[in-house]
Amino acid sequence: MAESTHPATPAEKLTIKDFQSDQDVRWCPGCGDYSILAQVQRVFPEFAHKKEDYVAVSGIGCSSRFPYYMDIYGLHGIHGRAPAIASGIKMANPQLDVWVATGDGDGLSIGGNHMIHTLRRNLNIKILLFNNQIYGLTKGQYSPTSVLGQVTRSTPVGVIDTPFVPVSLALGAGATLVARAMDRDPKHLQEVVRRAEQHHGSAFIEIYQNCNVFNDGAFLLFTEKETRDDHVVYLEHGKPLVFGKQKDRGIRLDGFTPKAVSFTDSGYSVNDLLVHNENDLTLAFILANMIHDPELPRAMGVFVSLDRPTYEEQMEDQIRRARSKKGQGDLQKLLEGDQTWTIA
Amino acid sequence: MQRELKTLEDVTIRFAGDSGDGMQLTGSQFTNTVAALGADLSTLPDYPAEIRAPAGTTYGVSGFQIHFGSTEIHTPGDTCDVLVAMNPAALATNLKLLRDGGTLIVNEDAFTEKNLRLAGIHGNPLEDGTLSGYDVHRVAITTLTANVLQGMNLSSRFVDKTKNFFALGLMYWLYNRPIDQSVKFIEEKFGKKDSQVAEANLRVLRAGYNFGETTEIFTTRYDVKPAKLPPGTYRNIMGNVASALGLVAAAQKAGLPLFLGSYPITPASDILHELSGLKQFGVKTFQAEDEIAAICAAIGASYAGALGATSTSGPGLALKTEGLGLAVMLELPLVVIDVQRGGPSTGLPTKTEQADLLQAVHGRNSEAPLCVLAAATPADCFDTAYEAARIAVKYMTPVICLTDGYLGNGAEPWRIPRADELPEIPVRFATDPASFQPYARDEKTLARPWAKPGTPGLEHRIGGLEKDHITGNISYDPDNHDLMIKTRAEKIERIAEDIPLQTVEGEEHGDLVVVGWGSTYGAIKSAVESLRAQGRSVSHLHLRYLAPFPRNLGELLHGFTHILVPEINNGQLIQLLRSRYLLPVRGFNRIRGLPLRAEEIEETIELILRGSNG
Repeated sequence: MAESTHPATPAEKLTIKDFQSDQDVRWCPGCGDYSILAQVQRVFPEFAHKKEDYVAVSGIGCSSRFPYYMDIYGLHGIHGRAPAIASGIKMANPQLDVWVATGDGDGLSIGGNHMIHTLRRNLNIKILLFNNQIYGLTKGQYSPTSVLGQVTRSTPVGVIDTPFVPVSLALGAGATLVARAMDRDPKHLQEVVRRAEQHHGSAFIEIYQNCNVFNDGAFLLFTEKETRDDHVVYLEHGKPLVFGKQKDRGIRLDGFTPKAVSFTDSGYSVNDLLVHNENDLTLAFILANMIHDPELPRAMGVFVSLDRPTYEEQMEDQIRRARSKKGQGDLQKLLEGDQTWTIA
Repeated sequence: MQRELKTLEDVTIRFAGDSGDGMQLTGSQFTNTVAALGADLSTLPDYPAEIRAPAGTTYGVSGFQIHFGSTEIHTPGDTCDVLVAMNPAALATNLKLLRDGGTLIVNEDAFTEKNLRLAGIHGNPLEDGTLSGYDVHRVAITTLTANVLQGMNLSSRFVDKTKNFFALGLMYWLYNRPIDQSVKFIEEKFGKKDSQVAEANLRVLRAGYNFGETTEIFTTRYDVKPAKLPPGTYRNIMGNVASALGLVAAAQKAGLPLFLGSYPITPASDILHELSGLKQFGVKTFQAEDEIAAICAAIGASYAGALGATSTSGPGLALKTEGLGLAVMLELPLVVIDVQRGGPSTGLPTKTEQADLLQAVHGRNSEAPLCVLAAATPADCFDTAYEAARIAVKYMTPVICLTDGYLGNGAEPWRIPRADELPEIPVRFATDPASFQPYARDEKTLARPWAKPGTPGLEHRIGGLEKDHITGNISYDPDNHDLMIKTRAEKIERIAEDIPLQTVEGEEHGDLVVVGWGSTYGAIKSAVESLRAQGRSVSHLHLRYLAPFPRNLGELLHGFTHILVPEINNGQLIQLLRSRYLLPVRGFNRIRGLPLRAEEIEETIELILRGSNG
């Protein structure tokens, strides 16, 4: 058993150490997963939760080893099924704080069905989707997020199926919090994890994660110092979409189409820019679609955050209502049913 | 007119009509009334997979058979004494089930040229002598129904839909049953929503009853006295309802919340329906996106400290295979109810079969032993589900409960148990961080501890990867894997120490024993009882525990010269018995989507005893 050297009491302040298990981390040296693990371990202690209420659930793949490295309750399930297992845990005990760690193959290929249905139900479950655009654990086949033309071990002359845009998929499925972050931007990743933790409902976070063995550098454009400022725009609620090294560029809407504009030569100013609104689902779809235009920066942050009753609350509510109407169930009456007869 | 009232020991009635004719409703109404008067009974709903096949066609025929009597009733009847045929197609498909000289009641209005053609009948059997071997009663049910509803301004479509109540009323009169129960049913079902609909149905029901009373078509009425069942309070119960109640009762006795993850599938959906209406018991039902999610959510719920269950049928069980393997590995309690149906693949969704036995026992990758039980009768589904939950919780293992379409939809009287006398199901959750190890086992049962998330200090990780035998951490150690494979098997074998010894109906030694499991119970029992009454040395051994087998099974089997295993599959229990006990076992296998007939089992036994079958 992993030693719980820090059994938490509410009075005791939790630290990052409380969330580190005694198991050796077995990801490849240099893998982006290390950063994701570290950011989660940093954020969790900030919340007043009892440590024993945290549960991590995963499926199969590199990302799915995540629960073993967290000193919380953990269930390493089967390929693609983590959202379904997590749903059962959350429904059975809504007090638990349930997190799913999954990847682009686990969560969007074999487990795609569970993913969309879990999101639409709005169970209060947080899903971290480590997107490295490759199958790592099976050694380098293409995934549902691999880009067109990508050469992998199973596509020696290039991928020909159009990739999913995970954020668009989650929006379409009805997730109430959808966000994107990167392993190499730890501060921002922490912020997004924090937002997920605070969200009341299903949260879906796509995390760009570098697989330095099978798909190294897939996100360099967005993570490297030289290029990132010109290729990433951070979404902040109520703020205009400004980007660029000099903060001299932005996104404006031309009809429903986002366009990148420069303040220096186009005649546009910051006042003409699109202002982010996390409560606007239509806008979220537009921002998710920016990925299809190579001229546009990649949007990072919270695309949408909506308030909807959770599945498990409604489930509990139906039980409460049944009990107030019919009373606490009486087993003997249930066994007897409506119509009985007696033989003496 | 004064009619003779003749008392019968037992009678089998079959209602047959279009799948839109309401034959299942008619049959279940008749059943409830018969049950409430204290007869023993057994039913067989026999309907097509199509919801509303084109009217008048043979593939749209829906049947409901009820066998009731003042003696013990074990089967829904090999043949029927009375056939109610609402149209030519119903007659064409069901006449072979009517015994020679049996009573045939037909809706003569439906014998139109078009309907005869749709049924593939040349000529009109009502007129051409085809039915001369039967006691035929032609009743203009459609016309009589329309007459009684005249002036109510109802559509002809609606009028047509109520005619089943005419047939029901007539059968109540003929078998001397009161209509009260059905009156109450109609008032409750339709009265609140639409008083005109209720009124129309009541009028038609009464018209059917009065038709028997006033016309002179029937010279004799029949009566069936209450059966001499053991004292107690009884109700009529269907197998799927009994399975659902078994789960609720077990959860209540164990002090656990019940969680059912399920995906709609014929013929198991009624378990989901039943449990979804029991929220006042704290039951949580989850209609998942697929069979896989259904079992995975149940596993998650068990992990979180609930009694996780899932209900399905064969194709669904196939999809749950990987989840079952996970549950075996995680060693969490889980009850799976498989209401078997005809297969393979989609097979015969509404028909019964027993062909998932090997799937249940062996159908997983690698070595993944679990416990398998089977229910013998509709009411026995309660005890079987209850026992499955008891074993699942005590041994921290998935348990598969095999029922089938016949048991699930069939009904029989059930002596209602006292809730406070049901066996205790003790549950102990781990709480002590100092002594907790996720895979440290109970010495006797080999069960690992159940530690609920939310318990301080017990944070631990489990998963589908092989685990160290104590800590539960990932282990690739060769000897640990060998130990874990053998330990998981040993744990299931030890359940045999905790279940009753196998009993035999009849002597424990003799010429022949019929070994059965599941829904063949009634047919085998009838066959064996009939032969024993003739002084033959035949016994009946019926298995509830299929994995592991009861520990005295081998010894019992050695006490007989011949072993016969009738199954509604192509010989599955035979394989398990032969490989385990190295005994010559012979089968009787008929896979028609229907229960086996007592008569054919009896004939097979006789053939063996005469030595003409090898």
